[in-house]
Amino acid sequence: MALKDATAIVGIGQTPFARRLDASEKTLACRAILAALDDAGIPPSQVDALASYTMEETDEVEVAKAIGAGDVTFFARTGFGGGASCATVAHLATAIATGQASVGVAWRSRKRGSGPRPWTDTRRQLPTPAQWTRPYGLLRPVDEIAMLARRYMHEYGATRDHFFNVALACRNHAGRNPAAIMHGRPLTRETYMTSRWISEPLCLFDNCLETDGALACVVVSADRARDCRRSPVYVHAAAQGLPAQHHGMVNYWNDDPLTGPSWTAARQLWKTADFGPDDVDVAQIYDAFTPLIPLSLEGYGFCGRGEGAAFTEDGALELGGRLPVNTGGGGLSEAYVHGFNLITEGVRQLRGTSTAQVPGAATCLVTAGEGVPTSALLLRS
Amino acid sequence: MSSMMRGTTDNGLLAPEPDDDGAPFWEFAARGELRMQACGRCGELRFPPRPCCPRCGAFDSEWRRMTGRGSIWSYVLPHPPLLPAYAARAPYNVVVVELADAPHLRIPGNLVAAPDADIDSVDPALLCIGAPVRVTFARLAGGVVVPRWLLETS
Repeated sequence: MALKDATAIVGIGQTPFARRLDASEKTLACRAILAALDDAGIPPSQVDALASYTMEETDEVEVAKAIGAGDVTFFARTGFGGGASCATVAHLATAIATGQASVGVAWRSRKRGSGPRPWTDTRRQLPTPAQWTRPYGLLRPVDEIAMLARRYMHEYGATRDHFFNVALACRNHAGRNPAAIMHGRPLTRETYMTSRWISEPLCLFDNCLETDGALACVVVSADRARDCRRSPVYVHAAAQGLPAQHHGMVNYWNDDPLTGPSWTAARQLWKTADFGPDDVDVAQIYDAFTPLIPLSLEGYGFCGRGEGAAFTEDGALELGGRLPVNTGGGGLSEAYVHGFNLITEGVRQLRGTSTAQVPGAATCLVTAGEGVPTSALLLRS
Repeated sequence: MSSMMRGTTDNGLLAPEPDDDGAPFWEFAARGELRMQACGRCGELRFPPRPCCPRCGAFDSEWRRMTGRGSIWSYVLPHPPLLPAYAARAPYNVVVVELADAPHLRIPGNLVAAPDADIDSVDPALLCIGAPVRVTFARLAGGVVVPRWLLETS
């Protein structure tokens, strides 16, 4: 039994994105899920599969009860923060393709904008299984990725200008997307270069937004998708990746820390796909931090090892460029909801309804967090 | 700030919270020794510590003393927002050191100007990838001992 094109995403939904939304995460989740089901034209009572992240606060029981789901016969959650995004869809696709369920909903709801900021709250200590890093002040994800970024710059000649190229492409795409938090707020090179450091060599604009919001999508079989309200976006291939000797975020103990989980996911993804990186029309690449884009471009095979930074030059990531990336604005400039907005933007591109539409886009790569056990999807129209 | 908050030393820095596998590392550190876990059967060094050898599967292990020499693999300079004790020292450095004895054992730490100096005591201009370093041990407020690193000046 093959997963290839056996299922399709037929509905997407989201709440507004803002630094602060008053509704609870549970309410936001329900709004996004019901919007996605409405988009698909499927009543909530037909939902029988649910998938989300282990970090999702609202559990399956609460969601199923609130939206009026039917009997649920499949539910799954994936760990590792943003690494879970594409896996939610992959697990639904697998469950539906193997007959365990028929209508699946994947979602993520998060109040990261108005919620607690763990590194400023003296009463709430950081989780400290990280006995090898936290005592030294390697406290935040940005510190951990900055360590890899510094090494990447050293080995391959990547510069801050390359990271700026990433930030700029996302900001320019957000400028076309009225739903994006950074809509109407253009970024200049001078603003980037003179912004405050967060963890040298990474500055403020190398970091994703802090957002309240929720998103969801609906997955059904390819057969059923033909009867839905929207044109189906097929799940062509899916993969997860947890590399040998990986250690979440601080991949310094892998033999080669600069070949992160994206390399593992990519090998599996391309092995099961009918096409390769050269045939990808548009990509939504997890961008909690700008260096994740060049690292992922290498991992997913869009360029050779060490060539990811140079790949970003000459507007390659922009609309009209070699590989438009994060056309909704991504985590850097649309919203940071653990990468779920990259999935919905991938669907919009293949429906032809993106605010930064790549003409005739028929294939899209979507990736989850690099640097943690990850996942990826190849979508096609 | 409470001086005895769980997980912090009384100068506010986070203390290591060892798990069963990591506890020997910290016990040796308290005696001023940098030791790494090695497989009791095939001898393969491994870090972070874990119950069994990823190469041969043996569950017995020994803790082998390192020379304490290494080089900087990478480094960062964190700036706020940070936990208060770290924000007060920012920008400080965090380095990842490759051990000379086993280059694939990379361990995070801080480069300091003297064994008892603070984590912001080295001029950032002196930090560079590849710089040779050697281990020292710092007794933090509260009696916790952590390895730290000094630039080799030879």
